Amino acid sequence: MPILEVKNVVGGYGGVPILNGVNISIEQSDIGVIVGPNGAGKSTTLKAIFGLLKVTSGNVLFEGREIANALPDKLVPMGLSFVPQEKNVFTSLTVEENLEMGGFIRRDDISGTLNEIYDMFPVLKEKRRQQAGELSGGQRQMVAMGRALMSKPRLLMLDEPSAGLSPRYVLEIFEHIVAVNKAGVAILMVEQNARQALAFASRGFVLAQGQNRFTGTGPELIADPEVAKSFLGG
Amino acid sequence: MSATRRTILTYVGLFVFIFLVGLWQGPQNITLLLAQSIAYALIALGLNIQFGYGGLFNFGVMGFLMVAGASTVFVSFPVNHDFWGSDGPLLLGRALIAFLAGALLVWGARQSDKLGVKGAWKSTLVVACWFIAYVLYRSQLDPAAQYIEAKSGWIGGLGLSPVLGWVVGAAVVAVIAWIIGKITLGLRTDYLAIATIGISEILRNFVKNMDWLTRGTLTVSPVPWATPLPQDLQAQGVSIDNSFLYARLGFIALTLVFLVIAFFLVSRAYAGPWGRMMRAIRDNYIAAGSMGKNVTRRQLEIFVLGSVLMGLGGGMLVTLSQIFDPSSYQPINHTFLIWVMVIVGGVGNNWGTVLGVLLIYIIWIVSDPIAQLMFLNLSHWTEQIGWGAIPEIDSRSLQMRVFVLGVVITIALRYFPRGFLPEVVRRDK
Amino acid sequence: MDQFIFFLNKVMVPGLVTGSVYALGAIGVTLIFGILRFAHFAHGDMMTMGSYFAWVMATALAAMGIVLPIPLGFVVLPVSMALTAVVALGLDWAFYAPLRRRGAKPVTLLIASIGVTLMIQGLVRLIFGSSTRDFFVGNEEKVIYRIDLSALGGTRPLVISQPQIMMWIVTAIVVLALHYFLTRSRLGKGMRAMADNPDLAQVSGINTQLVVVVTWIIAGALACLAGTMLALDVNLRPDLAFNIILPIFAAAIVGGLGNTYGAIAGGMLIGFAEALAVFNWTAVLRPFETYLPNGWTFPNTLSLVPPEYKLTVAFVILVITLLNRPTGIFKGAST
Repeated sequence: MPILEVKNVVGGYGGVPILNGVNISIEQSDIGVIVGPNGAGKSTTLKAIFGLLKVTSGNVLFEGREIANALPDKLVPMGLSFVPQEKNVFTSLTVEENLEMGGFIRRDDISGTLNEIYDMFPVLKEKRRQQAGELSGGQRQMVAMGRALMSKPRLLMLDEPSAGLSPRYVLEIFEHIVAVNKAGVAILMVEQNARQALAFASRGFVLAQGQNRFTGTGPELIADPEVAKSFLGG
Repeated sequence: MSATRRTILTYVGLFVFIFLVGLWQGPQNITLLLAQSIAYALIALGLNIQFGYGGLFNFGVMGFLMVAGASTVFVSFPVNHDFWGSDGPLLLGRALIAFLAGALLVWGARQSDKLGVKGAWKSTLVVACWFIAYVLYRSQLDPAAQYIEAKSGWIGGLGLSPVLGWVVGAAVVAVIAWIIGKITLGLRTDYLAIATIGISEILRNFVKNMDWLTRGTLTVSPVPWATPLPQDLQAQGVSIDNSFLYARLGFIALTLVFLVIAFFLVSRAYAGPWGRMMRAIRDNYIAAGSMGKNVTRRQLEIFVLGSVLMGLGGGMLVTLSQIFDPSSYQPINHTFLIWVMVIVGGVGNNWGTVLGVLLIYIIWIVSDPIAQLMFLNLSHWTEQIGWGAIPEIDSRSLQMRVFVLGVVITIALRYFPRGFLPEVVRRDK
Repeated sequence: MDQFIFFLNKVMVPGLVTGSVYALGAIGVTLIFGILRFAHFAHGDMMTMGSYFAWVMATALAAMGIVLPIPLGFVVLPVSMALTAVVALGLDWAFYAPLRRRGAKPVTLLIASIGVTLMIQGLVRLIFGSSTRDFFVGNEEKVIYRIDLSALGGTRPLVISQPQIMMWIVTAIVVLALHYFLTRSRLGKGMRAMADNPDLAQVSGINTQLVVVVTWIIAGALACLAGTMLALDVNLRPDLAFNIILPIFAAAIVGGLGNTYGAIAGGMLIGFAEALAVFNWTAVLRPFETYLPNGWTFPNTLSLVPPEYKLTVAFVILVITLLNRPTGIFKGAST
């Protein structure tokens, strides 16, 4: 069974819908990447899945259960996690406190997971007593990801994780994402850096104007001349 | 149903309500209520301009009313010859010079960056000049105040017509509103609300404590009328009951003229290009600004215009009651009451505002006798069961008003957020 | 030495007392602003209500013949604080939560809180009358310590009352407890997170409902504490709190709305500013008169602000802060 299924979802912020029948399907082992031009509804899709905007028709199924229009804080205990694009850390809390907040819902001892995150992102361990607001963009992104992983999700969603990062950090972030996926977490992310992201995507979705245009594995999409011409800049 | 029909129907209901209350309370009381309502109507129209048209949250209405009242008293109260015969005016003159000198000093300090004094140095200079100006002013004012209070009590009035007093009050309030507007209108809405509450409290403190200017807590009375007083009518042989009735009717006639003119002018302005621009600014602040309209200036205009009406109404209130008592001004009575009137009546709709004034004011006044009845009955019961009578029924029933007002605000916000008669948005063709 | 004692009596003691009351009130206001994003105007009346709860309970205990070395008002504090917390939750449930659910703007919630203020004020006066009462119930009297400092060369005593000492102790304990809660407990950190970024807090799975409940509990309890202590120090009156709501707002704003430590600092700042502003400097400066040129003397009273204008000090600070640094002297929640 796919871990996540988005079936013909129509939705928006009220008024004119932004999504006009979007379909996504990914398995537990997938790295799913959504790409497309601006205004295509990529980030909107993620937000619709995570209950941050209204879904007026269609289904969103997580592990077979309907979750459309559920409140975000119900979804985290179910095994989903979301890293927004902006304002994705608590700037006035320390790095360690940020991570602890990711584990808020957990009743068990989180120190094990905390150490795992520190192993994955050694720089965070170094700076764990620093306020998150003082870190650089790339380091903040790591905090954001770490925070999302603390709840031990089975599906991790990221909204443009490489936005605003220097090339070195972009590479590092993508490497981390692949590592997380290998550890058993399904990934669904929206990316502007389409080529780089699709390179390691096991499922790629190209959206335009709130609808699917192309679907396939990442390498397939990159190789497809039509996709490349219209959406990847040739 | 159409807006006009709705307006007419609600007003019919309102008049029935007023009539019934009038039957219960008697013609003298109802005329007093109506006279006060006209003054409140002017004030509420002023707030409607500021909030309904301009989207400005002025919670400092009380301060404006106090200043208008004080000015009206100053203009219309008989002359205090003790004061003018003493050195009082001279000392005050010196204090005024000190004030102006201080103001000039501070202004100069703020321009000092043109002389090359910048940054932290300039801030220090400005603060130092504020301090010096303050000390200078106080050094002249304190002895003057003490002298005046000792010798002649207070500066008294000018003995001119109360109507002139109202106009002067409106002008003074307009100036103060301009100053306040200049400094506060850039604030975010809830900060603006808090700032205006703070400023109004500061104003209240000043008016209350400047005994030499306003007689402070010693109060000023009787403040003269422009129309015949009950006493005047009694002297002409009219019965006591009727004298109150006719005198108040006379007052109503005079103030109604002001209200009608104001209402007409404001409604015309609203319907015209100025009104459209104001609404554009209110509804889409950012867009209007980007279209090149000078938003801050327009907001200042609205603020001052609204305050003019408040000044008129505030002056009328004091003249009507014939007493100026600074301690009687409470934010509850004077700021929040007006706000409820505007919110419940209908924001942005002048007919709604007037409706709100009449409805809320009557509810406000009537809560007291109703509470008295309740308490008296309750007291009988407690006496019967051995707990003893309830003390201080009079002052407690008065508090019922406050409670009722709170309830009204809550209900209005929950169920009628736009009021009985909401703003009529006409689709421009 | 006498001048120093005078300064202590007239500035340090009142400053610390007023400052503590303002600080406790401001913490509540700033927490509500940081987490619920509105200016809770009814906070002052929550303080009044809490103090009346305490008074009723203390009176009941006294009527049962209970006498204790510390004022009964203090003894009943835990219960009255709990009661006020419950009422605070009720207020939110009845008046603010419904508006929040409809997406009301902060200003609408401010007006709603004004409505609540009026209702509480009206009710308190309806039930208890408008008179001023001495908080000490039964046969209690305020215990005043006069500390003789003649060993250090002073001829006047340092005057501190028992309620004041208890107030400082309790305030210190409360502040420390709050600090531990906010920095060591999961829920406390969750509160800080929610004040920092409410959307992210929700996305992270932080139980925002629980945080809101805890916020009101803390705010209500602290309001009762502040109101009761103030009443013990001065007296119990229905408008005890209306006079105080603006200085408390000033304290919260100066400290940075949403910043708990800022609220404490702001409260102390304003408390001391008030005490300093009305302080009669002449008494302290008299010994230095000999240094003045011949014939010059200090005027009889040299205070920055006449005593009647004491309340104005807080308002002026409030207005100045709003105009120059609305985010407060310390960093507050990003609005």
